[in-house]
Amino acid sequence: MFEESNRKLFIICSKGTLDMAYPGLILANAALMEGIEANIFFTFWGLDIVTEKKIDKLKCTPLGNPSMVMPNGMGIPNIVGMLPGMTDVSTSMMRREMAKNDFPPVREFLQLVADSGAKLYACQMTYDMWNLKEEDLFEEVDSVVGAMEFLEMAEDAQVLFI
Amino acid sequence: MTVREIAGTEIDFDEEGFMADPNDWNKEIAQSLAGDIGIEPLTDRHWEVIEFCRSDFTAKGEAPGLRRISVQAGVPTKELYKLFPKGPAKKVAYVSGLGKPTGCI
Repeated sequence: MFEESNRKLFIICSKGTLDMAYPGLILANAALMEGIEANIFFTFWGLDIVTEKKIDKLKCTPLGNPSMVMPNGMGIPNIVGMLPGMTDVSTSMMRREMAKNDFPPVREFLQLVADSGAKLYACQMTYDMWNLKEEDLFEEVDSVVGAMEFLEMAEDAQVLFI
Repeated sequence: MTVREIAGTEIDFDEEGFMADPNDWNKEIAQSLAGDIGIEPLTDRHWEVIEFCRSDFTAKGEAPGLRRISVQAGVPTKELYKLFPKGPAKKVAYVSGLGKPTGCI
């Protein structure tokens, strides 16, 4: 009944904030659950998602992000958002909402997609720029690759840039 | 809505190809549906997953997503993908007589 799919999805995660870490992971997981091969390439700020020192500490800020409002719908003026501590406040609020809805934290989500068969790749250029070593990366990262190699791997895949 | 004969009974299927009524399900039907999608034989581990899904559906009113199955039924993700390869979310729901899954996790 379910035909084997040849579809492949290759997601580029280029953002490192807490809110932007999720779209890539959710889409990869949904693809895998549907039987679509999915892999993720982490570049630039997205590399933070798979960097051990950062994985559990991704943040999100309302500053300059008018989409982010209080739970009651009230906006958060930039002049408030820039106050020391506000980034941490909004990050905690975001985490609480996610926990309420049973969203897994980033680390657990990465493990979930890796266990489901996704390959995780780190961007060579970003990796070099930040003087990272293999042990600095999340253990499920497959390898560090450059843009050309990524393009070769993604030849027959739908590529999504996040 | 289509009607198919499964294990000697006429069963209604919805437009997506999943059983229209979870109450029509029984173990013989599950075996037959699993056979349809190349999952045979159904091992004890398969049954653990199927039975969890059905009881969770009864308790919660919606079919559990893969993560809920792995956390609550204690079947690790890697194993779920081995038991129901390539597209476990749909396969588990199909064999368990539940509707097409809608969750993202």
